Amino acid sequence: MIKFLVNQVESEVVDLDPNTTLLEYLRDHLHRCGTKEGCGTGDCGTCTVVIGQAEGDGLHYQAVNACMTLIGSLHGKQLITLEDLSCGDGLHPVQQALVDCHASQCGFCIPGVAMSLFAYRKNHQKPDRASIIQALEGNLCRCTGYRPMIDAAMKMFETDDKDIFSESKASVTGILNKIQRENSQVSLKAGGKSYFAPASIQSLSSLLLEQPRARLVAGGTDLCLEITQSLQEIDVLISLERVRELGSISRKKDFLEIGAAVTFSGARQELTALYPHLSGLIDRLGSLQIRNTGTLAGNIATASATGDMSAALIAMGARLRLRRGDESRSIRVEDFFVGPKTTALSRSEFIEQIRVPVPANPRFFRVYKISKRTAVDISSTCGAFNLCLDGNVVRSVTIAFAGMAEIPKRAKHCEQELLGQELCEATVKRAMQALAQDFTAISDVRATAEYRLEVSRNLLRRLFIEYGCVPGHSRGSHLA
Amino acid sequence: MPEESVNQGRHGLPPQGVSGTSPGHDSAQKHVSGEALFVDDYPLPAGALHAYVALGAKARGRVTSLDLSRVRSADGVVDVLVLDDIPGSSDVGQVFAGDPIMVNPGDELMFSGQVLFAVAATSHKLARRAARLAEVTFDALPADITIEEGLAHQNFVGQAYTQQRGDAASAIAAAENVLKGELHIGGQEHLYLESQVSLCVPEEDGGMLVYSSTQSPSDVQRLVAAVLDIPMNKVIVDVRRIGGGFGGKETQATQWACIAALLAKKTGRAMKLRLSRSEDMPATGKRHNFLSRYSVGFDNAGQILGLDMQLTAGCGYSADLSDAVIHRAMFHADNAYYLPAARIEGRQVRTHTVSSTAFRGFGAPQAMLSIESIIDNIARAVGKDPLEVRKLNFYCAEEGRDRTHYGQKIDQHVMHRLVNRLEKTSDYKNRRKDIMTFNASSPVLKKGLSLTPVKFGIAFTQTHLNQAGALLHIHKDGSIEINHGGTEMGQGLFTKVAQVIATEFQVDLQTIKCAPTRTDKVPNTSPTAASTGSDLNGMAARNAALKIKKRLIRFAAKHFGVSTAEVFFANQQLIAGARKIAFAELAQLAYLNRVSLSATGYYRTPKVNYDKDTATGRPFLYYVNGAAVSEVLVDSLTGEYKVTRVDICEDVGQPLNPALDRGQIEGGFIQGMGWLTSEELVWDDQGRLESRDLSRYKIPTAGDVPQVFNIELLPDSSNTELTIYHSKAVGEPPLMLAISVWNALRDAISSISNYQFNPDLDAPATPERVYLACGEMISRAAR
Repeated sequence: MIKFLVNQVESEVVDLDPNTTLLEYLRDHLHRCGTKEGCGTGDCGTCTVVIGQAEGDGLHYQAVNACMTLIGSLHGKQLITLEDLSCGDGLHPVQQALVDCHASQCGFCIPGVAMSLFAYRKNHQKPDRASIIQALEGNLCRCTGYRPMIDAAMKMFETDDKDIFSESKASVTGILNKIQRENSQVSLKAGGKSYFAPASIQSLSSLLLEQPRARLVAGGTDLCLEITQSLQEIDVLISLERVRELGSISRKKDFLEIGAAVTFSGARQELTALYPHLSGLIDRLGSLQIRNTGTLAGNIATASATGDMSAALIAMGARLRLRRGDESRSIRVEDFFVGPKTTALSRSEFIEQIRVPVPANPRFFRVYKISKRTAVDISSTCGAFNLCLDGNVVRSVTIAFAGMAEIPKRAKHCEQELLGQELCEATVKRAMQALAQDFTAISDVRATAEYRLEVSRNLLRRLFIEYGCVPGHSRGSHLA
Repeated sequence: MPEESVNQGRHGLPPQGVSGTSPGHDSAQKHVSGEALFVDDYPLPAGALHAYVALGAKARGRVTSLDLSRVRSADGVVDVLVLDDIPGSSDVGQVFAGDPIMVNPGDELMFSGQVLFAVAATSHKLARRAARLAEVTFDALPADITIEEGLAHQNFVGQAYTQQRGDAASAIAAAENVLKGELHIGGQEHLYLESQVSLCVPEEDGGMLVYSSTQSPSDVQRLVAAVLDIPMNKVIVDVRRIGGGFGGKETQATQWACIAALLAKKTGRAMKLRLSRSEDMPATGKRHNFLSRYSVGFDNAGQILGLDMQLTAGCGYSADLSDAVIHRAMFHADNAYYLPAARIEGRQVRTHTVSSTAFRGFGAPQAMLSIESIIDNIARAVGKDPLEVRKLNFYCAEEGRDRTHYGQKIDQHVMHRLVNRLEKTSDYKNRRKDIMTFNASSPVLKKGLSLTPVKFGIAFTQTHLNQAGALLHIHKDGSIEINHGGTEMGQGLFTKVAQVIATEFQVDLQTIKCAPTRTDKVPNTSPTAASTGSDLNGMAARNAALKIKKRLIRFAAKHFGVSTAEVFFANQQLIAGARKIAFAELAQLAYLNRVSLSATGYYRTPKVNYDKDTATGRPFLYYVNGAAVSEVLVDSLTGEYKVTRVDICEDVGQPLNPALDRGQIEGGFIQGMGWLTSEELVWDDQGRLESRDLSRYKIPTAGDVPQVFNIELLPDSSNTELTIYHSKAVGEPPLMLAISVWNALRDAISSISNYQFNPDLDAPATPERVYLACGEMISRAAR
């Protein structure tokens, strides 16, 4: 059984196929058809809903894609959909602002837009264009050109934040905390399919030993595609979400420890405190909805060739802590990827933590992502560069790329050309040339092999310019 | 509208929401609250089933066997439909035959994504899963995927056309300067957010009620009747709203309605067919890709003397609307420029890909992109700012430079005023100077600027489509109901038509209900397309209103004993001499006195004609003009870029609704920008669509909107033609304003050579293409 709130109404789901997405649940079971399906792949945001989660005495709202959310993950949360915003005949200030700004034309994307803006309203004291755009980039609109939506996001702040949600905050938080405290077995079983959400790492690891063929849900933004697009039915799903030990992020002396259930949104602040330049990458990984759901560990475990974050983690020298039963081991991220979609994980083994080293100073860290579209796109190439320089002399260097090989991978030949050398035109040229030894890129729908290689080389040049050892570049070398 | 709210209306006050004001979209409140229902949201009749289709996987081949036993026995499956099950016609070609609804074993599969069979099951998921279980074998046949491959095999879906004025070849040969070039222009996926969907409910007497997300209800009606082999009067098509169309539901909605209807008939149960995005994209048509080749002669000032342009459209496997698309392309090869001698050729190449179809602009964008690239190339050749060369070549009233290459005389010259105004408001000249200075000292980042105009002809070029009907009822409580043949797809047509009725009767907009478009209310409708929605349906609705007005005025004159000249409508009242009567009371009084309060309205566009044989005539009632200035910032190391500022001035005549018009302008611009920048359709060498889902096909996001985005509606620009309240159409033209983005990119790239050379830049200008063009420019400049 799983328990959650539909707005303020306590709901239970007992015998529902755990392969059911939240979108199917809303439309086919609750007949709440305000939430629409635009793509079913987490790319358009039309199905955006808001999930409220208790955090101590507070309530935190996040926009997520209902098509990328398995029903089991609703446990202990508050579900808010478009239907909940209007109160009687009156529109919520978010909805009213959209009407006032002429932000709907065909109206199909607007439910998702309204929910993204509702979450934005709840999470911001005052609006600014950059963060509004971040909040809207995961919502595609084909009619309006977005300007009226951006205006509506500004306008909705003209009304104060008092609404049925602020009024019911205490009671909702109380109920959610109560559901979390009830130490009931959180699981769903129907039609031979099961979903488990263990609460401790101990029960997770024993469950995995019992069920070696189970699929882990760590966000599920990739897994959902197998269900909704490949139309597969997964027999056993085990969610990491409730595992106490995996949900936290903590700063140790020499490293940052990120639990396997921590989302991109959850890790952003701590990661960018250590590596400020990482913000430009994190904000371009999927949409806000995806970052609110997807986890770093899940992203690593899918072993995608275009895992931008994996490239960055390799460059940072991050390690993974893996666990099987009671046994743990540590492995470098770069050694974790064995081949296309293949990892070093053995049967019943899982990622417990990611450990990101605290950078030693002076450190020059950069990560550059190139894609056809700036936001919510998969990289043509993504280069991460971690250098320690003494003046212009390279004392240490780790460089990794995603999108350039079957797995995210280090550019060791390139590193060799830089290590111990003085950064100058000749050195950089040699390093650029060496990339061809490190990678044999492929051509696909996103880019040709030639472009991938040449631009990856030019990212080295950009790095060199940004370090400031090339004269004549006061005008800048980077759009961001 | 409840009776009392009308009767207690604000009599005597000026009406709200009449023409020229900006009430919001009629469904805006319902959109944001979730009450607005789309077809997939409708409650289903008891026993309703879900249909799905199986698509072929190869580009071209012969289906040698199709084993459906696993499909039939799959979980939830109720029935299966194959070609032999179809009682009537199996061709769903809307204008020309050649679009088989599905293919049989032994038949040729003409493109990847063609339908093999359909299945009905108890849920969408089960139907979709079952559709994948067929065992199909193919014999591959050679496939033409690119325009060049189709040309090499001289494979066409329709004839070639030529429009000609004077002797272009001699004019070019005699010119001081000649440029030749070639441009590949990509197609575009519509990406309406609501994928194709139909719900068919069997009715008595073998009839069918069809809820379809279609821009062309009468075509769906006709073809559903044809496949079922029943007369059209047994089929009703109902369209309340469409979740985005853009041309993608003009012919492309029909096949799915027909399949759902056939399965509904076969099973006797209501049937819904909604395509998931990953089937919608490979199975439905897109904007035509084009290959444009030209030769242009011009003098040293940059004035065009002769143009020879060959426009070749990639039409996909069937004719569909390509004949009309290639015509509209040819009609816009001049854009806003006078061509003293011209030869414009249009060809329709068959490729073994999904059939290209209508998409906002309908061939004109590709032709305009061609001529706008030519103008820039001329400017660089003569060393002038491209804006000067544009102005030099604009049509004007003097010296006979007011007639197009197909013989239409331009009556209203708006462009000079509009462009001069925009040049000032956008601060074009100063920015041009600043950009040259910036570029001179910036080795990596380059800025580009471009002003491009749009002149777009309004009317269907198929003359017979320029007609519309409406049905207007005034109920006896004074509430008004209007039906017309146009469909509401977000453009605000229902709002604008209601504004027309509000204006005629001088009543509040809230008094008027726009009823769903239904083929049993208004028959024989034209598709809502060609930007003509409000021109046609607004006029038809007005004509219906005028009929009832005339009756009411006659009645009131007689009833109150005044002359008809003393009777008029104002402030939600009828005024008859000294008497004033509220509109609702008037309705009641007229009813009691047996005055008909219902009327049809009909409109046909005057003056339009075109002779395909002589390639001359007046295909358009008038032209819409507009212009945009775009500024871009390009990173020459990677090809990444940003559109940093856009200024637009658009001529919408006397606008019916300035806010809705602005919405069309902004939305059209961003959609056009997507076409020319990040939206790239990619087919593999076997003809499978690689960009087949939203992770591989990239339309603009909120982050791509220029931070500075100024829109102005050209003031004081009443349409000199007798259009609805002298407004002008607004649907398609703004899309082509985005050509300025593409030209600005070329401007930035050209700056690498200090504007000496013309970049080769095919569309869309993806970062990769921009990078390649920058690289080429760097090496040419170094030579």
